[in-house]
Amino acid sequence: MSLSIRHSWFEATARQRLAGLLDPGSFCEFLPPAVAQPSPHLAQLELPGAFDDGVVVGAGQLGGRLVLVAAQEGQFMGGAVGEIHGAKIVGLLRRAVAEKPAALLFLIDSGGVRLHEANAGLIAISEIMRAVLAARAAGVPVIALVGGSCGAFGGMGIVAKLCSAVVMSEEGRLALSGPEVIETVAGVEEFDAKDRALVWRVTGGKHRYLMDDCAALVDDDIAAFRNGASALLAGWQERPNTLASLRAEQVRLQGRLATYAGCRDGLEVWAALGVAEPARVPLLDCDELIALKEGLPT
Amino acid sequence: MEKLEFKFPSQALLAAAPPALCGVVGSGNLEILVRSGVDRQICEISVNTSARGFGETWRAVLATFAASQAVGGTSIAINDMGATPAVVSLRLAQALADYRGGAQ
Repeated sequence: MSLSIRHSWFEATARQRLAGLLDPGSFCEFLPPAVAQPSPHLAQLELPGAFDDGVVVGAGQLGGRLVLVAAQEGQFMGGAVGEIHGAKIVGLLRRAVAEKPAALLFLIDSGGVRLHEANAGLIAISEIMRAVLAARAAGVPVIALVGGSCGAFGGMGIVAKLCSAVVMSEEGRLALSGPEVIETVAGVEEFDAKDRALVWRVTGGKHRYLMDDCAALVDDDIAAFRNGASALLAGWQERPNTLASLRAEQVRLQGRLATYAGCRDGLEVWAALGVAEPARVPLLDCDELIALKEGLPT
Repeated sequence: MEKLEFKFPSQALLAAAPPALCGVVGSGNLEILVRSGVDRQICEISVNTSARGFGETWRAVLATFAASQAVGGTSIAINDMGATPAVVSLRLAQALADYRGGAQ
């Protein structure tokens, strides 16, 4: 792919991502900026809000099929979830239950709860979690797209993993506690948040793909995310969680913890996975990494 | 945060259009929402800015914009996170271009 025709997902705003992700001209925004209300909590704290409270929601088409979309704006307060921000996402997910679109695409770019809004933000995140599961139970696939500068952390990391599938770029990151949080709580000996290469080796898209935490790895390119989401949805059969599937997943995760508990770095995890030259993984491009994963022992 | 309200006389913009949004409330950046206003000869601008004490700078930048462009009949709302005057002028030009582009 020529660099000149690439439109970076990482660098784009939420609105630019939606414009490139959906069929041209098909996007229709719900609660557009002119009618939406900025956060009253931020106003009380004397902070300027955003008209859309940091998330764009609406409907559009992906390859001619109706999809609902929510896109978080990472540049506004780290994409953090406040009360109105969360309510817009929950409303969209409930609409998906009623309307049964082909999918709901969730463009996650968020550090988690907006701490300024405290309990309202925490409640919003838990409502999003419930609403994601309700949409999936209604047969609507919820696809998380993670490739922005804020990644998917905190409550939004959990939300991402509740979705039907995750599409990531190498630049995307997905985890629960963010690097700074781990360093603050457990000390720099446990995790050096300033070591960016280390951060990506344990939370970045390549690591998540090798660990089966995301279903697809794509280039940092808006068209690549579009193609990745389309390919994933072609012939997708939504399988909501059952008690048996949750128990099987628990067993899988316990086994994974036992296998890799002693590892201090993604490099060690990759070696244990059977990667011959783990140090080369960060240098591989997307296609090379996908080929490497296909060659791994299962 | 400081809230500022301005009204500038300006040549009437030819056609009203759907609202247009430009920019993001990120560090050193701002978002600008352009809507059709009431008075065809006036440009109304309201600003929420995180940086206090820059009212006269805002007035100078916005007055230049309203004097040099035909923006009468628009109502402009700005959420600002410490953008410099150059960035404000750039975003105003972008927002106006988007608004004009939406006029059919």
